[in-house]
Amino acid sequence: MRNTFISRLVDLAAQDERIHLLTGDLGFSVLEPFRDRFPDRYLNVGVAEQNMIGIAAGLALTGKKVFAYSIVNFAVTRALEQIRVDVCYHNLDVTVVAVGGGVPYGPQGYTHHGAEDVAFTRVLPNMAVMAPCDPHEAAWATTHLYRRRGPSYLRLGKGGEPAIHGGALADTAGSGWFDLGGGGRVALLANGPILGECVKAAEMLVAEGIGVRLISVPAVAPLPTAPLLTLARECDRLVVVEEHSRSGGLGGAVAEVLSEYPGMPAVKRLGLDSGKIKTIGDQRFLWRENGIDAAGIAAAVWSWVDGGPALMPGDTI
Amino acid sequence: MGVDDIPLAEIAGLAQDARCEALQMVHRARASHIGSCFSAADILACLYGHVLRIRPAQPDWPDRDRFILSKGHAAAILYATLALKGFFPRAWLDGYCANGQPLGGHAIAAGVPGVEVSTGSLGHGLPIGLGMALGLRRADASHPKVANHPRVYVMLSDGECDEGSVWEAALLAGARRIDNLVAIVDYNKIQSFGRVADIIDLEPFGAKWAAFGWQVIEVDGHDHGAVCAALRLAGGAGRPSVLIAHTVKGKGVRYMEDQLLWHYRSPTADELRQALRELRS
Repeated sequence: MRNTFISRLVDLAAQDERIHLLTGDLGFSVLEPFRDRFPDRYLNVGVAEQNMIGIAAGLALTGKKVFAYSIVNFAVTRALEQIRVDVCYHNLDVTVVAVGGGVPYGPQGYTHHGAEDVAFTRVLPNMAVMAPCDPHEAAWATTHLYRRRGPSYLRLGKGGEPAIHGGALADTAGSGWFDLGGGGRVALLANGPILGECVKAAEMLVAEGIGVRLISVPAVAPLPTAPLLTLARECDRLVVVEEHSRSGGLGGAVAEVLSEYPGMPAVKRLGLDSGKIKTIGDQRFLWRENGIDAAGIAAAVWSWVDGGPALMPGDTI
Repeated sequence: MGVDDIPLAEIAGLAQDARCEALQMVHRARASHIGSCFSAADILACLYGHVLRIRPAQPDWPDRDRFILSKGHAAAILYATLALKGFFPRAWLDGYCANGQPLGGHAIAAGVPGVEVSTGSLGHGLPIGLGMALGLRRADASHPKVANHPRVYVMLSDGECDEGSVWEAALLAGARRIDNLVAIVDYNKIQSFGRVADIIDLEPFGAKWAAFGWQVIEVDGHDHGAVCAALRLAGGAGRPSVLIAHTVKGKGVRYMEDQLLWHYRSPTADELRQALRELRS
């Protein structure tokens, strides 16, 4: 996804001289195509993320469209007040681009786990938050956010994520809600690369006789509420899966919307467990530990639709 | 242009009028920070009365110099100065901090001509100013190159220099020799909860900026001729400049001068009368 992002950004920058790229000294083997082609519109600000976001705001105030790149917690958490005040308050054309959404840097420890960034960003004024699942969605989201005016957050994986969509998505393909098919009274909603586990989980569930609809929802903010409400009226259960804390992410956003309408289906949220932040391991290991690998997702859905409790024993929020 | 070209009487009048307006604003609003306004008043009068390349009737003129009040708590003196220079009607000042009015207690840019950036959280202005300075140094379709790049002036408080983000920006601006960026530190020696020297002593302050690659100019921040001359020296040296302006908190009203109390206290009616009498004498 990283390379898809930069490839698309280079294409856009060739057409639009306003585009600038900042990095907080990260992006080795990723950002070079932009740096080498547009050296006057590229700046490595050093390991100083608060300064990076402030600079991004200042550049945007002179008419630039700025992309600011780092790893999730450094780009978002370290510089959160600059994002809130300098960028969102002023409603500026700044896209914070972060790699490491979720636990692709799992062995590096909690400092490198992108576990709460969606919660931090999606509540900010004027903010669009996108968490694409694969390279096709990453390219689409880059263009979508470029065309949109105002602040945004693009949450990427680490790189090397397999394609989930069958091919390139049209630039005009809606606002971040992709129906991936399937059928039945249970819907699985997810974003980010964990969607690949949902695809496998859906296959397992279908084999057990439980039909599942699968939706990719890269747009956490603004959340596409119209298709969500339509889906909710057609389903008995919604399960939201994300490589993010169970609190405050896509699942939280979905639950907030549905809670305001009577007669809506229950929502089960699967994600990272805040009780396991000290667990070290690779991405697949941490998916399993948090119950969001394919088997864990299928088991949770199976248990739930089969009359099990909405909260699994041992779950923490 | 020599010192003789500096309109000293006009600058002095602007500073005095702005102090009187700000005093009445904070009295009406029962607001704080009049001491922080008064230490900065003379520098703002120099900037808006002489130094800045601006067009009050065209506040979004692309080639204007930019000013960022990073010490956003001194908003009242900025609003007063802008109103007196014609950026917006003077009557707006009556609504300072009032319900539904545009002028908030910390600098608000939205809907307020002349305020470039909303501030209030310390440590934000210099990074934003650096980004602006970078953006204004480059030409593109929307900003055709001008012979003389607009300059960006950022006023910081001394206490604000405790914030790490100030030094992140100082480090990069110095290393990249961003010479259209000018920082001005309103060094009144008193921060939020005590004397700067007792909380985190900034000294040797000038040497710190110099070590970061900045041209350092120290000046009496209440001497209009010296401030204007210093700001004229700033920039063009192939590196960013910082004006360390030695000032007095509450400058202009004897009972406020160099007193921490006036970081917080709003003048009573009697105190207001006494202060206005003193300012106008």
